[in-house]
Amino acid sequence: MNSALWVYLATSPLLWLTGTLVVWLAATAIASLRPGNPLLNPIMLTIAVIAIVLCLAGIDYKTYFEGAQFIHFLLGPATVALGIPLYEKLSLVKSNLVPMLAALIAGSLTAVGATVFFAHLFGFSSSVVASLAPKSTTAAVAMAISSGLNGDPALTAAVVVLTGICGAIIVTPMMNAMRIKDYSARGFAVGLASHGIGTARAYSVDPVAGLFSGIAMGLNAVLTSLIVHLFL
Amino acid sequence: MLVGITILLVFQLIGEVAAYFLGGFVPGPVIGMAMIAVVLKLTGGVKTLEPAHQRTLETSRSILANLGILFVPAGVGIIQHLDLIRDRGFALLAIVLLSTVITLTVTVWVFILVKRLSGGYADE
Repeated sequence: MNSALWVYLATSPLLWLTGTLVVWLAATAIASLRPGNPLLNPIMLTIAVIAIVLCLAGIDYKTYFEGAQFIHFLLGPATVALGIPLYEKLSLVKSNLVPMLAALIAGSLTAVGATVFFAHLFGFSSSVVASLAPKSTTAAVAMAISSGLNGDPALTAAVVVLTGICGAIIVTPMMNAMRIKDYSARGFAVGLASHGIGTARAYSVDPVAGLFSGIAMGLNAVLTSLIVHLFL
Repeated sequence: MLVGITILLVFQLIGEVAAYFLGGFVPGPVIGMAMIAVVLKLTGGVKTLEPAHQRTLETSRSILANLGILFVPAGVGIIQHLDLIRDRGFALLAIVLLSTVITLTVTVWVFILVKRLSGGYADE
């Protein structure tokens, strides 16, 4: 390849923005061939392909993000957009208010408590423990909590995504194995444990699961920022 | 599309302003999410707002149908931590896997048991 052209393109936002979109479309096409296989998670596939390309090409994250930031920015309006299914299914949400609040409190305490417990068990430093503690919440909130606790927000962002992908992959086989058929409960659990990535998975399985997942994600972001101090 | 995205951004902006005054522990977009649901409910029957409602619903559906791609840029940030992954990757993965399994289990069962106790499955 013409190396001057490569140098020119590799540092421009256009290449990495377009590249992210193209890899994502290919990954969703592959995932749709086997919709029942949660291991073919399009988010994981896309991240893996782009990470490998960047490492092989010697492109740093900052350069990549200059292009990808246009996609990243839409996380905010997408969170607002979760208010629309909330509006459309308000009566369904109201009739599940009590179980939702109970599951929120139990789940939020468990998410932070279990993470802090295992992180201590594996001998991580207090800075890493603080970086891991809010990992079930959505990335922006988790990073703010982490930096407030003297953690490393960049590490938090990476672990948040890992947690999201992990939950998105295991939720369907786990819930099926436990014979849980209530999609409001399944969705709420995955949104609480695995924030927006869990919610993206939930929407691809069932619209009611997606709705409750989005609500759980929003509520857990608030509660985690209040309770995280109990554990650190 | 343009009307829809503008409405979403306006609610995000209002949410960010509210978050600023609340001390930042509730994320702005989450406040925006609650507010847009409330405002849609309140203005549901108003005829002049019907086209704006439709645009908002359409735009939201297409964004939510492609929610996953929005996490890719943050996720690729993993390449900044390759040394930690090389040294402690197994332990990190174990923590994430164990805590996620436990959290999913506790959350789903508390939801189901409380719903059962409060008569939520009575009609089934």
